[in-house]
This record gives sequence, structure tokens and C-alpha cells, in this order.
Amino acid sequence: MENNHLISYLLLTPLIGGILLLFINKTKENAIKYFGFVISIIAFIISLFLYTGYDITKSGFQLIDKFSWIENLHISYHVGIDGISLLLVLLTTFLTPLTLMSSWKAITNRVKEFTFFMLMLEVGMIGVFVSLDMFLFYVFWEAMLIPMYFIIGIWGGDQRIYASVKFFLYTMFGSLLMLVSIIWLAVYASTSLGHFSTNLIELYSVGPTIQSTIQNWMFLAFALSFAIKVPLFPLHTWLPDAHVQAPTAGSVILAGVLLKMGTYGLLRFCLPLFPQASIYFAPYISVLAVVGIIYGALVAMVQKDMKKLVAYSSVAHLGFVVLGIFALTQESIQGAVIQMINHGLSTGALFLLVGVIYERTHTREISEYGGIAKVVPIYATFLMIASLSSIGLPGLNGFVGEFLILLGSFKSPVLNNWWFTIFAASGVIFAAVYLLWMYQRVMFGEVKNPKMNNLTDMNKREIFILASIFIFIVWIGIYPSTFLNVSAKSTQKVIEQVMPTKTLSLK
Amino acid sequence: MLNNFQEFFNLLPLIIIGAGILVSLCIEMYSKKSEQILPWFSTIVFLASGFHALAYVNSVSVIMQNMFAVGGTVNIFFFIFTFGAAIVSLLSIDYLKKYGTYYGEFYLLLQSSVLGMMLMAGAKDLFVIFLGLEVMSVSFYALAGMNRKKLKANEASLKYFLLGAFATGFIVYGIALIYGTAQTTSIDLIASRFAQLQHNLLFVAGILLFLIGFSFKIAAFPFHMWVPDVYEGSASTVAGLFSTGGKAAAFSAIIVTLGVLFNGSIQNIFEPYLAVIAVLSMVFGSVVAIAQTNIKRMLAYSSIAHAGYMIIGLASGNYDGIAGIIYYLVAYTFMNLGAFGIVSIIEGKEEANLELKSYSGLASRNPILAAFLAIFMFSLAGIPPFAGFFGKYYVFISAIKAHLTWLAIVGVLSSVISVYFYLRVVVLMYFKDSETEFSIERSSTGLAAVVISVLLVIIIGVAPGTVIGMITSFLH
Repeated sequence: MENNHLISYLLLTPLIGGILLLFINKTKENAIKYFGFVISIIAFIISLFLYTGYDITKSGFQLIDKFSWIENLHISYHVGIDGISLLLVLLTTFLTPLTLMSSWKAITNRVKEFTFFMLMLEVGMIGVFVSLDMFLFYVFWEAMLIPMYFIIGIWGGDQRIYASVKFFLYTMFGSLLMLVSIIWLAVYASTSLGHFSTNLIELYSVGPTIQSTIQNWMFLAFALSFAIKVPLFPLHTWLPDAHVQAPTAGSVILAGVLLKMGTYGLLRFCLPLFPQASIYFAPYISVLAVVGIIYGALVAMVQKDMKKLVAYSSVAHLGFVVLGIFALTQESIQGAVIQMINHGLSTGALFLLVGVIYERTHTREISEYGGIAKVVPIYATFLMIASLSSIGLPGLNGFVGEFLILLGSFKSPVLNNWWFTIFAASGVIFAAVYLLWMYQRVMFGEVKNPKMNNLTDMNKREIFILASIFIFIVWIGIYPSTFLNVSAKSTQKVIEQVMPTKTLSLK
Repeated sequence: MLNNFQEFFNLLPLIIIGAGILVSLCIEMYSKKSEQILPWFSTIVFLASGFHALAYVNSVSVIMQNMFAVGGTVNIFFFIFTFGAAIVSLLSIDYLKKYGTYYGEFYLLLQSSVLGMMLMAGAKDLFVIFLGLEVMSVSFYALAGMNRKKLKANEASLKYFLLGAFATGFIVYGIALIYGTAQTTSIDLIASRFAQLQHNLLFVAGILLFLIGFSFKIAAFPFHMWVPDVYEGSASTVAGLFSTGGKAAAFSAIIVTLGVLFNGSIQNIFEPYLAVIAVLSMVFGSVVAIAQTNIKRMLAYSSIAHAGYMIIGLASGNYDGIAGIIYYLVAYTFMNLGAFGIVSIIEGKEEANLELKSYSGLASRNPILAAFLAIFMFSLAGIPPFAGFFGKYYVFISAIKAHLTWLAIVGVLSSVISVYFYLRVVVLMYFKDSETEFSIERSSTGLAAVVISVLLVIIIGVAPGTVIGMITSFLH
């Protein structure tokens, strides 16, 4: 196969950009800000070339670049994309410049380090989505912890140290068990392939042949690691801490992209590598997902802190994604993929909006606000759109994903139970409750807090950032086919990889 | 004659160091400027020896009437010892001024300890191992107590000497039992008779005593008691050498002696012993390190934990295990020497600034040192893309290949524990403000040594293929 270096250019851009950034004098803060922004825009443009270069009529991986890395272990630098990873890469490269831009005012100390870590984070995130070698994947997966750890720890809130260490240890615990399973799988592959292999495409044929008890253990080790990242109830406790303590840019990236790495991992690795185990565990994980939907929504409802509310809403939304993945129908998985993008956009927008107001008032307590719709009308409109998108109003993006997931899980042969859908659907109602209630308390009524009368409305930069997100929120809401078509063949392939064994085992 | 010349040529790494010792002695005796000359001279001696070893790594041969081997993995060990010692020499130039003692013997002893390590790595006979061990250990005892006016240094030296001598006793007794049953001290002959001898209880007891003796030297639990005190009491740069070169030499001796166990033809009957020691060292080292407040003691306990990871490679009893250990030692040498190097740069006069809290706010005071120390900490914690990660990865591969998956799981769990205390250093440096203000003396040679270590940690972490390829090509 001919090598296509486009993805490698995409990875190298922020990497080299970040290293060059280190040589800029740290007092030239504006130069650093613009340089970082330009680099991330270049990365975004390259990713658009990925989109045009990708043939959506074919399934399987495309734009593959591969060369040997560690010859003795048959480990190679092996990257490529399919429809699912393409969408997530686009989400990453789209959100990174916006978050960088959003921190121009918010981050005032150690700007150089901040921009450097953001660019390194981008390398890690893209790397996770494009790796086709388990070892390479793991390197990106772990390496990405370092910049995120610093972003929370240096620029975070009062409890930042606790939050960053908790985030690091939680993730590390899960991923190291996954590392053992990766090695086990690679060693097991040598019995049928004749050599130690971490090549994902080769392992796809090896995984399903593992005997079922061991497959279950392997599945659990992988799923644990991904479930911590998602986070699936009851492994979500690191998330509110990390989100609340992280600076706005950190929260946006964390919610927008990092959490998707967990669901992406389930879709890319757990399902195709361990199909029998996936079907066996699907109902159990779906139960946890539904519990997460309801629990996340209920806890979000009683939050006093806006950021914490949005953080818990993530637990609920990601519950939908996991339910969609494990319902194992074409509709539900398509819905899960589009919901990953939706959540990145709408929760990203919500975090940005919370950040906008926090920069002005330095408080996130809902009770401090009230009636500010009159003072800041543009802000009120923007928050309305973002909330409605998150609630899942028809015509905006959230509806498409949730509808497909509910539809798919309703007729899922694997779950074979309506109750999943019924409980999950109630989550949509709860979402309306907690977000609209929050909106009401912040925006409507009389201005109780005299300080709020002096609020300034959003400036051009902030309007630009959010408007660019809203373009996609509306686009997906009105014409989702642009995005659904990209992942259609790839999700179909995931189903094919999991389902043949289902029909066999039923016979 | 030609043959002799070839032998002479192959032995050059050792001969260079041996000659270096003699020349250093003369410089120290006759030159008034020895304090300026000796550090650089010994660095050059180490580098010359190391580069020779690296350049002729492919010419594998057994010389000196089957007493000594050079080339292949032996030369990789030579590389570890000499480059590690070169870094220590560079670090010591400015450090010894602060430490308050300069003795010419320091560099002399450094060279003789490396000579001892090299003898152990290339040995083909148990006596050569013993010879090398003693040359190394005696130099180490003296190095530990270099600053004779300090109580802690004296304590370190005496403790090291007493426990070291005790360990040597085990090794000699083990060698005696092995000789008694195998009727030879030649490692090749023992290897060829290993299959029958392993049913002989005395022989097994001999090997076990031998292993226990070396467990002291590699700082494995429960033979670790001396480690924290010795590291704390001796000069920081020297402690770095104890934890890297000394450990590597002891591992090389074990690999050389038990090499026959690892080609798959003989069942590894020492697996239970090694597995238990590995588990205890990893867990004990990681857990106790959390409680430390002194950075040198923390690194000492981390060194015990790392010994545990490497022993996993021995317990697996396959070539991947050996390759894993050698790679791990290369990685560990540079990351740990780098960490000790930064400790030695930050350490003030009279052993000031050795507490962990001295590191708070370092990132704003000295961003470069803080960034480097953070890299070493992440590497020691085993986080990619740094070298320490791949070392662990390879050792775990060997364990899983040997159906010791549980050992790999214990390994990763103790890794998670160890992340906590490595991260604490990073937390202090980056997330906290300075508690005490003190000036860090600039040391360009020290910084150069640290930069070399950082580069090696990153390069062999990102591209481990070449090192691994080299090691495995010699094992098969």
C-alpha cells in the first residue's frame, strides 16, 4: 500500500510548532499567543485536507502511513483514519485553536508554557485517534496525560493539585492494566501470526479467536481503562474535580475531546477485538450507562456551581454515547459517533460561556447571578443556544444524536429490552430541567446582585469563537447527513466485526 | 603473536581504564594542578573506553584462556559503566567544591570501581566475577566515606562495608558450593552440566547463596537495608553511581553466571525465589518511598523498586527478560544519574536543600532544571515517551511470555503507587510557590552532564528500536 504522509504532517505540525515555541522569549506574550494560534490553524487546515482526501464510500482505514519503528517487536509507526476517527480528528483540530483563542485574556501567567502544553496535548489527542498500532496508541494515550496534568495543576483553581493528581492516578491505573492486556494480546498473537504483533489490523483477526473466559478478562481490562476516561458511572468521580479546577481551556479540551478518547477506545478496540465478550457484557455496561444518564442528570440538577453542573451533564451525555455503542445497532452506533461530536461542541460551548462570565465576575455560583439577561443580551442569547443544543432541541445537533441512540437501543437485538430506552429517554427530560432551571436562575428576574449591573457583554473575539461553534451546532441539527455519511461505512464495519459471532453463537 | 595482539586490542576498554588509574596516580602525585586536570582526564578515559567498547561491539570473542569475554552484550555493559561514570565525573567537578572535600583519590577510585564492574560483566569464570566484585566494592566503600569529617559519610561507609562484606561472604560461600559440586569455576563448563547439577541440592544451595549475595548488591528487598542510609550519607554524585553502575554490574554478573537458564533449554527452578523478591522489592520500594521527605532517600527507595522491575526479567527466564534488563539498565542509568545530577546541582553547602520541600517553586526560579527533573521523574515513573516506559514494557513482555502475567499485573500496580511520589516532586516544582529562597550555584559542567542524560532518555525512549535490536542480536 502506498504511504500517504498527510496524517504525519498533521501530527508533526503542533509537535514542531510546540518545540519552536520554546525558543521564543517568554516576555513576548503576544508573539507566543499568535504563534500558537497560527500553528493550530495550520493543523486545522491540514485536517481539512484529510477530509477531502478521505473516500467515504469505502470502509476500512485510509490515508495510511506506516514505517517500522521497533523492528524486533514488529512495532511500527502505523497511522490511518476511518470515518469515526476522521470526525474526531476534525473535532480536535477545530476546538484547539478556539480554546487557544479563548485563553488570550484568561491565562496571564506562564503563557509560553500554557501554549506549549496545549500544542502537545493536541499532538497526543490526534495521535490517539489515528494510531493503528496498539503500542503507538498506548504511547499517545499516556503521554497525553502529562500536558493535561500541567494544565490543570498550574492554571487551575484552588484545589488544582488534588484534582490534577487524582486525574493522573485514576487514568494511569486503568491504562496500566490495559497495557498488560495489550502485551498479552500481542504475545497471544504470536501463536497464530508467528510473531509478536501490536498491529491493530492483524489483531482484529486474532482477537475473536481468544477463548471466552480469557476474552472476558481482556475485555474488562480494556473497558476499565476506557470507562475511567469516559467516565462511566461509578468511575466518574475524578471528572467533576478535574473539570471544576481546570482553566476554561482545559475544561473545553477535557470535555470536548479527552472524554471521547474513552468512547472511541470502546468502539475501536473493545468491540472489534473482543466481540463475544462485548456481547456478553453489553447489557451490564448499558445498565451502568443508563444509571449514569439518570444519576448525572439528577446530580447536575442540584449543583450550585455552573461549571460543576456542566461537568455532571457530561456524565449523563457520555452515558448516552456508551449506551449507543453497546446497543450494537447501526443506528445507535451512528448516533453515538455523532453524539460524541455534539457533546464536544455543545459542552465545549457551555464551558466557554461559563468561562466568559467567570472572567468578568470571578464567581460561578448560580445564586450570585440572576436577571443578567437585561445587562448582557448577547451573552444570554448565546447561552440559550448552547443550552438548547445540549438539551437536544430538534433542529439543533443534540437531538440528532440522542434520537438515533434511543431509536437504535429500542430495537437492539443485543439488549433486547425496552427499559434501557425508556430510562435513557427520561434523561433527556432531566437535561431540560437542569439546564433551563439554571438558565432561569442566572438570566431572568430582577438583578439581585448590584455588581452584575456593571457586566460588559461579550466582545468580538468571544462572539467569533462561539459563533464558529454554533455554525456546526446548527449544521448538524439541520443537515446531519454531511457528518453521518462520513462515519456510515465505518460504523457498519464495526457491527460486522462484532455481529457475525453473534449469529454463529445463536445457531 | 597476531592472536595476542588481537586479544590485547579487544581488551582495550579495560586497559585504557587500568592505564588511566596509573596515570591519574602520577598526576595526583606530581602535578600541582591535579585538581583541574584529573576530572577532565578521568572523563576522557571513560569516554575513550566507552567509545572503544561501542565501536567494537560486534567483535565477540573469548580471550585470556577462556577467562574473559568481550563484545556483544558485554560491551553494552561497558558502555553503561563508562558513560555513567563519565557523567558522574562531569557532575563532580563543581559538586566536590561545594561538598567541601577534594581528594585526588576520588577520580582514581571512580576509575578503579569501573574497572571492577567491567571485570564482572565480561567474566567467564567465577573467580573473575569475585575479583571484579571486590575491586568495585572496595572502591565504593572508600568513595562512600570520602568526606571523612562528616558523621553521616562515615556511617554510610561503614554500613556499606559491613553489609557489603557480609554479602560477599554469601557469594564466596556460594562459589565454594558450586565448585564443590561442579568441580570447576568455569562458567561455560558449569552451564554445560547445569541440567544434571540442578538436581544436586548443594549446587542449588550454592546458586541460591550466590543470588542472595547479589541481591544485596542490586538492592533488592529484603537485602536493601543499607541502601537509603548509604545514598543519603555519601556524596550525591557518588550515590548516583552506586545506584546505576553498581546495580548494572551486579545484574551483569547474575546474567553471566545464570545465562544458561535463559535459553529455554532448562527449566528455571529459581523462578519462585526471583518472583517473590521482585514483588517484594517493587511493592516495598514504591510504598516506602511515599513516606520520604529527603529526596536522596526517596530516590534510594525508588532504586529498590526499580531493582524489582528488573528482577521480573530474571524471573521470566527467557531472552526477552535479559534483553529487557539490559535495556532497562541503560535507561535507568541515564534517568537516575540525571536525577541525582540535578540533586547534586541544587544541593547547597553542608548538605542543604536536600529536603523535598526545597524543590517547591523550582520551576519559576530555574525553569530549565525543573523541566529536566520533571522529565526524569516522568521517565522513572514509566510514562511514555521517555526511556523508562519502554524498559518496563519490555520486562512485562518477558513476564507474559513466561506465563507470569500475575507478576506483570503486580508490576503495573506498584507502578501506579510509584507515580504518586514521582509526581509529588513535579507538584512541588510546578504547582507550589517557593518556601525558602536560596541561590543555586551555576555549574556548566554539571548542566552539560544533565543535558546529555536528558537527550539520551528522550532519544532511547522515542527510538528504542536500535538499542533493542543491538541487544537481541547478541543474545540469539
